[in-house]
Amino acid sequence: MAELNELYQQVILDHNKKPRNFKRLERANCEQEGYNPLCGDQITVYLEMDGDLIKDVGFQGSGCAISKASASMMTTAVKGKTKEEAGVIFDEFHRMVKGDLDAETEQNHLGRLKIFAGVREFPARVKCASLSWHTLRAAIEGHGESITTEDEHRQD
Amino acid sequence: MQAAFEEVDAQETPTNRFDVDRIREDFPILKQRVHGRPLVYLDNAATSQTPQSVIDAITNYYSAQNANVHRGVHYLSQLATREYEDARVRIQRFINAAETHEVIYTRGATEGINLVAQSYGRKFVHEGDEIIISTMEHHSNIVPWQMLCDGQRAKLRVIPIDDDGELMIEEFAQMLNKRVKMVAVTHISNALGTVNPVKRIIELAHSQDVPVLLDGAQAAPHLKVDVRDLDCDFYAFSSHKMCGPTGIGVLYGKSHWLESMPPVMGGGDMISSVTFEKTTYNTLPYKFEAGTPNIEGAIALGAAVDYLNSIGLDRIAAYEHELLEYATEVIGAIPGVRIIGTAREKASVLSFTVEDIHPHDIGTILDQEGIAVRAGHHCAQPVMKRFDVPATARASVAFYNTKEEIDALAAGIQKAIEVFS
Repeated sequence: MAELNELYQQVILDHNKKPRNFKRLERANCEQEGYNPLCGDQITVYLEMDGDLIKDVGFQGSGCAISKASASMMTTAVKGKTKEEAGVIFDEFHRMVKGDLDAETEQNHLGRLKIFAGVREFPARVKCASLSWHTLRAAIEGHGESITTEDEHRQD
Repeated sequence: MQAAFEEVDAQETPTNRFDVDRIREDFPILKQRVHGRPLVYLDNAATSQTPQSVIDAITNYYSAQNANVHRGVHYLSQLATREYEDARVRIQRFINAAETHEVIYTRGATEGINLVAQSYGRKFVHEGDEIIISTMEHHSNIVPWQMLCDGQRAKLRVIPIDDDGELMIEEFAQMLNKRVKMVAVTHISNALGTVNPVKRIIELAHSQDVPVLLDGAQAAPHLKVDVRDLDCDFYAFSSHKMCGPTGIGVLYGKSHWLESMPPVMGGGDMISSVTFEKTTYNTLPYKFEAGTPNIEGAIALGAAVDYLNSIGLDRIAAYEHELLEYATEVIGAIPGVRIIGTAREKASVLSFTVEDIHPHDIGTILDQEGIAVRAGHHCAQPVMKRFDVPATARASVAFYNTKEEIDALAAGIQKAIEVFS
């Protein structure tokens, strides 16, 4: 039960209920749809890029509490960061939720995102937590086509 | 009132003789604990659990019977062939098919539907023709027909469903015409639990000379299937949803259709003679069974059929009906629960949403309580769209489930509501 409480922490429930930057950006110059075909979660990430800088970021879509809270906290974490900085955070986040990085003992740039460490105890939910990040990366890279979490599966 | 109830009980209805505790003893997996709690397995629409007699049939096959079928003159090959073909006869009786050769072994319902779509479809469906399916189909009874229609430039048409999740039969009757070459609908919906009025559908289709394929994946374990009484032209089902192993299933087809259809896969066992100039195909059912088949699976499915028969499909249906009614009442009474699929006739499946809690989160919280349900779109995305939900949580009962397990589910849902309050 302790694991369940760690997964559904108050901050995560709060971001699920009141997601930040939950909007379509009028001035977006990058837009990307992401999709988890296993559960039907769907997200669209909007970016306003100024060169390499993420000037503004928003998202819309539907999904579980983990995916929605993760998307919400992702937007607050990467706003004002450069592409490279966002990439580093994604890499650390991904390793943390898969249990490959201990955010408490190893050096990292995760900050408040450490709250998602509990996801590592729920392997079935890793894709929920990382859908928005995969979508963000594809948006930055100008992927264009809709991406799915199954691409991640193949990489694993 | 009390006296009246006692009188009914005293009559020993089929359901109160149903000794579920005794039946649970047959399923070793049900004894385990998950996350420290007794396993409550309510994901039977995804796959059913396996009784000891079926596990024994698999073990015995590899311990004492393993050899290739239809090939050898030696003892083991003849033994394996006999067991493999005996299972076919038992399956034939199970669905009351007229002929043994109308029972084609497949990998499962999906392969059966694909076989018909590719074989019947390529021969009989041409440009401008129509295939009719319904809104409540599993993706496995949508995509094979889409693929066929794309290739043949035919049109896929969809029977609508109402707010209870029932097929709109009058609309269906209007859709029938001379260009329709197949009606493919599910017997029981995996996402909604609706039992479709398939006899009526078949009557209507046959009145216009249109054949009907039924997706029986959900129906075969929950009600007595009689393909001759239904008069369906094809019936596809999967072993692993009816207490058998995965990787094996059955396509039933009326002889005259199967005779007229070309094989889809070529190889060994499906031929009677091969030269580089010409190959003559084998007779039914082997024409559709290329390559060394899933021998173990067929024999184990035969054991599963024996097991279900030993309890009786009518008794299973009656007990499960009682369980589903109880679940509908108990779960439906929880504030915030919306039941998706409220057809008059339902079997096994209780699909629901809870407030605005995503089904995935419900699934994770229930799992921590040892309760297995499915959360998602159930491979039926058009159904989710029809009811305007991204996904549902789905509890699906089998004859080895109990009312206590339904109570555990109710408590688990309350817990999810607490976590999100």
